[in-house]
Amino acid sequence: MTTAPAAAVVSGNRLALARLLTEVEDNTAGGREALRELFPRTGRAHLIGITGAPGTGKSSLVNSLARNYRLGNRKRVAIVAVDPSSPFSGGALLGDRVRMRDLSGDDGIFIRSMASRGSLGGLAQATAAMTHVFDAAGYDPIIIETVGAGQGEVEVARLAHTTVVVEAPGLGDEIQAIKAGILEAADILVVNKADRPGVENTERALKSMLELGHPSRQSIRHHGESMQMGHEAMDPDVWIPPILRTVATEGTGVPELAAEIERHAEHLRRTGAWAERERQRLQAELESLVQQSLVRDFRERVKEEQYTKILGDVFRRVLSPWDAAKLLVDGKRR
Amino acid sequence: MKAGKIRVLVAKPGLDGHDRGAKVVARALRDAGMEVIYTGLRQTPEMIAEAALQEDVDVVGLSILSGAHMALAPRVLELLHAGGQTDVKVFIGGIIPDEDLPRLKELGVVGIYGPGASTEDIVRDIRAALGG
Repeated sequence: MTTAPAAAVVSGNRLALARLLTEVEDNTAGGREALRELFPRTGRAHLIGITGAPGTGKSSLVNSLARNYRLGNRKRVAIVAVDPSSPFSGGALLGDRVRMRDLSGDDGIFIRSMASRGSLGGLAQATAAMTHVFDAAGYDPIIIETVGAGQGEVEVARLAHTTVVVEAPGLGDEIQAIKAGILEAADILVVNKADRPGVENTERALKSMLELGHPSRQSIRHHGESMQMGHEAMDPDVWIPPILRTVATEGTGVPELAAEIERHAEHLRRTGAWAERERQRLQAELESLVQQSLVRDFRERVKEEQYTKILGDVFRRVLSPWDAAKLLVDGKRR
Repeated sequence: MKAGKIRVLVAKPGLDGHDRGAKVVARALRDAGMEVIYTGLRQTPEMIAEAALQEDVDVVGLSILSGAHMALAPRVLELLHAGGQTDVKVFIGGIIPDEDLPRLKELGVVGIYGPGASTEDIVRDIRAALGG
């Protein structure tokens, strides 16, 4: 370690960790330098994504899950809680800590709230960078909590080795979840607030969604008789997302959830899918960094007046947007 | 002036349950483009200092209506300093008698706001305190 922040983070200095998280979130030169040093120490932590619609109780679930991991001081847990930025002011109100007050006073837990800020790819990039820092600092697992309401959030959920999608009865949002494409990303489904009425309906809706996505498990009614389709369900290499019930505020079902998360990690390691997910994750990270760098180069190279002139031509319909893009990027019209 | 967004922890230490003021301020700061971490009611000074450290905030805003500000605010400042966060700016909102103001300022509280204070003033003072 030649940079002081990287060395301090590895030695367990919490203030240095907090400050480096800010640096990497802001993508400063100092942050990138420390990341370069820390990167070889990453790749050890289990990344767990927790996502779902607003009001399903994600923060409470993260709270009890983290407490469960801390039983017997077994693991040091990091939590990255993402909330949306206001598109109007660019500010954000980050309230996830309100539900995580039980975790206060335990120095084996580090909670960091994060605003989604501007760009789509930017959030995934910043989150990835922050998980690298926690990983190098020896935190394992790292729990990433996001609102599963848009593409950006689904992308972040895909950063994780294990993605837990949280639903709750009575929100009427099964269709919303399908629209956001979040169920496809789920390795484990949780029906939280399972002490509320309507839990069977939510569970049934999830089950039928799963059967569409995993035909191996499908059973069809044919002339009144139930028929099982396919034999893949017996294949131990196929992961069928389990559906669990929890009451996060009371801790009910949380040890079972932790056990399923562990079972999923073991499944990934046994089938080689762990390495595959790592590869995909790093590839996505690399690609988004390449894109960012290309766009930055482009903005530096193209002069403002040239850009304004070409945009004007497009506006007057004398140049098509496709030709304009080509002209801006490689200086030729076609 | 810092590179990224201004990050503010809004916390309510002590036992009174009146969080309307804290929420109004939190929202005003968000609308001014800041990232506000809201921690909710009944926080101990230890919880506040720890959250401020983990979140690496630039500003801690304390809402105190219980009259216990002369016990709570110095303790928060002490813990922040002990944890190495000497550059965090502390602001207080609530019911603070005039005779307590000099002592709180002397301890390092940057701004103190009573009933009727405007959120524009708070936003302006935070920006000024951070050199922007």
